[in-house]
Amino acid sequence: MNCIEFAEKLHLTPLCEKDGEIEIEGVYIGDLLSIVMSKAKKNYAWITIQTHINIVAVAELLELACIIVVENMEVDDDTLLKAKELKIPVFKTSESAYQMACRIYELGIK
Amino acid sequence: MTDKILKRYSYDVIANDFMSAGKSSSAIKSNLKSLGIASDIIRKIAIISYEAELNLVIHSFGGKLHCDIFENKIVIISEDTGPGIADVDLAMKEGFSTAGDSVRELGFGAGMGLPNIKKYSDQLKINTSSEGTTIVVTIYL
Repeated sequence: MNCIEFAEKLHLTPLCEKDGEIEIEGVYIGDLLSIVMSKAKKNYAWITIQTHINIVAVAELLELACIIVVENMEVDDDTLLKAKELKIPVFKTSESAYQMACRIYELGIK
Repeated sequence: MTDKILKRYSYDVIANDFMSAGKSSSAIKSNLKSLGIASDIIRKIAIISYEAELNLVIHSFGGKLHCDIFENKIVIISEDTGPGIADVDLAMKEGFSTAGDSVRELGFGAGMGLPNIKKYSDQLKINTSSEGTTIVVTIYL
């Protein structure tokens, strides 16, 4: 499933959407950047409550498919500018990381 | 032959500059990509250089990050001007961190920096004193 279909099915709000045709190959949930660096892999969707600019650096270095910011956290403008520049899709949802994980599981990404 | 540096990329890393943190690692990654280095090696180096860069931003007075390309290995060198690592054994322990609360709130300072560097490297050397720290990480190709 690509990023655009994924976001539509989960009713995610796109904050910065580019390269949406990337196929999502897995999901990682985490807020400690070093642990995300070590565990998330290329083309993974990353669920987090972190919103500052460095999440884009992590996503870019790991070549993640997208970032999903949960709990309706306000995403910094700098973060979105950087995400646009580096073509990293960023989505937002009012749901929790757990609710997101359950819904993604139901979509068949396990 | 194998000890001859074929290419060196160097970047200045500024202390406490969280806005630019990750920039040097990104540049290293793009350079390695353009050299045609295998993606599993690039992933390791991206993790190592990111952690080294963030250590410079969070803990040092500022420093430099180098990426040296050899025929059979890539070496990431981080050098700073202090204040030094008080206890290297502790710093190598997963979860141990001296980072402050404001840094931790941003998701940094998980105490995984040096452990991650060690995990993804083939060789790790740390030299530290109050004058500065040099970390040399080797990844064989």
